[in-house]
Amino acid sequence: MNLEINSSRPSARRLWTNRVATAGMAVAVALALIPVGLILYYITKNGLAAMSWGFLTEPTPFTFRRPGGGFLNGLIGTAIMVALATAASVPLGILAAIYLEEYGKRGWLAQLVRFFSDVMTGVPSVFVGLFVYTAFVLPFGFGAIMGAGALAIIMLPIVIRSAEEMLKLVPLELKHASFALGASKSQTVLRVVLPSALPGITTGVLLAVARAAGETAPLILTALGSLKVTTALIGEPISALPLLIFDGARNPFAAGQERAWAGALELLALVLIFTLLARIVAARSKISR
Amino acid sequence: MQSQAKPLGDIAGGIAPVPIENRKGVGRRADSLFSVVAALSGSLVLLILAFMVLSTTNTALPIFRAEGISFVTSSDWHPANGDYGILAFIYGTLVTSAIALVIAVPISLGIAIYLVEVAPRWIKGPITYLVDLLAAVPSVVYGLWGVFVLLPLFLQPAAELLSSVLGFIPIFAGPPSGLSYFGAGVVLAVMIVPIISALSREIIQTVPDDDRYAAYALGATRWEMIRGAVLPRGRAGIVGAVMLGLGRALGETIAVALLVGSATTINTSVVRPGYSMAAVIANQFQEASGDHIKALVAVGVVLFAITIIVNIGARLIVWRMAD
Repeated sequence: MNLEINSSRPSARRLWTNRVATAGMAVAVALALIPVGLILYYITKNGLAAMSWGFLTEPTPFTFRRPGGGFLNGLIGTAIMVALATAASVPLGILAAIYLEEYGKRGWLAQLVRFFSDVMTGVPSVFVGLFVYTAFVLPFGFGAIMGAGALAIIMLPIVIRSAEEMLKLVPLELKHASFALGASKSQTVLRVVLPSALPGITTGVLLAVARAAGETAPLILTALGSLKVTTALIGEPISALPLLIFDGARNPFAAGQERAWAGALELLALVLIFTLLARIVAARSKISR
Repeated sequence: MQSQAKPLGDIAGGIAPVPIENRKGVGRRADSLFSVVAALSGSLVLLILAFMVLSTTNTALPIFRAEGISFVTSSDWHPANGDYGILAFIYGTLVTSAIALVIAVPISLGIAIYLVEVAPRWIKGPITYLVDLLAAVPSVVYGLWGVFVLLPLFLQPAAELLSSVLGFIPIFAGPPSGLSYFGAGVVLAVMIVPIISALSREIIQTVPDDDRYAAYALGATRWEMIRGAVLPRGRAGIVGAVMLGLGRALGETIAVALLVGSATTINTSVVRPGYSMAAVIANQFQEASGDHIKALVAVGVVLFAITIIVNIGARLIVWRMAD
């Protein structure tokens, strides 16, 4: 190899390669930021144009052609199903995380659960919908419970893995202090470890809620959608914001598409509020990522 | 990373002769009850996954039996005649995901490398936040935006440009349509950029600074340092990140359903309409009945099998990196 010790600077070609590579990275960042800007701009612009008090408080009219009306049926459906899914997945997810971090540790069962929770976050949400359809909708019919079940399955692995990360960060000294005071293991876990990890766990839960609120595909197969405002949990189809947006995007009439834009703004606002809350909680807590 | 906790029994055993875990009484019983409940909740994930596979496969079984291997080797999909061949959908899923990767991987890696190696401190936070924002947008919002904004603004003109310049190559042959494998692939790319870039960023951050200093000490420019020291170290992890993005693209439903053009035949040209497995389930479910629904469930089972293989592969790679 021929070393040129006297040349203190890299050759012009190498410097240019370096510059081109740096410029390439800047282009990559710009290419990713363009869609961010386009999405926020058009959802806000087209959404605000169609947004009104009536949109928030009235159900969807029976034909896409008719202007007016709104997505109240979807808003209520989304609220019910996401609330039920949260109520089911959060306690189970936190218990599972406690098992992984405090009991199972590096044992084979814990490793298996960890691995398949990760794999489960990658299962297509439409497949989760198909599962709930074949197992529960076929015998019991479409309904809010079915949709909530599908959303809960989607939320569960997210809650488990984020809660486990937070439990890991609880200082060992806290546990030792609790044991030294004579607390049993379950007392320590429930009254010392869990409360100190709670803000971090809340962050994970809020992100899971944001994800569930935006899911469409599993709800097509489980909640089906409805133009009626309903609070029935079982026995009749129910709507959700994403379902109504999907229908609006597929139809050729201007009135239906305008409602879809307003619905997209409503949904995006909800999702971003939960994401923002998650960040605020995370920033305020000592134990978080 | 915090070091692994020592089992408390060891620590207590060093101080007191009786290990804490051997205590008797009410507390002990509550303890074991609690640990059993926790273990059951943990195992729930495994039970749900198993139940998912069993229930869907069981429903789809008549279709698998009737169609045999032609279910995945035929592209003859005519529910009215009872013909269920899903090759066109498998093809569409693979093609749209491949297009998404071709676009998203260089962009994601560019972002990740820029944020770790190049960006000044003040700009890192805002860029990270904005790219993460892409991950929070629901797929139905991507679909709506894709159809009514990106389609006239970019997808249709780009498809026309591709086929007029490169139309002599069969995969870009016209007549071009924005509602196509290409259109769906572009929107998928936007959706997976935040996933791949966030994971690659974490991996690149774990490359020790000593490696960077060593490359600089040898006279490397920054790019040579990145190519010679950073990327080889992070290669396995980046492959894992890309596979997780691929897993997401394969299973993505609503945005593809709105943008892929809904043609049930195989089109060799990427600027022609097609279909994907997830999209056909979402689009045809509401009007389907009887065997047609069972066939859609069967499509889901095949989709699940493909994504689970990709995901397990990705997780194994990422897990090995972490250990």
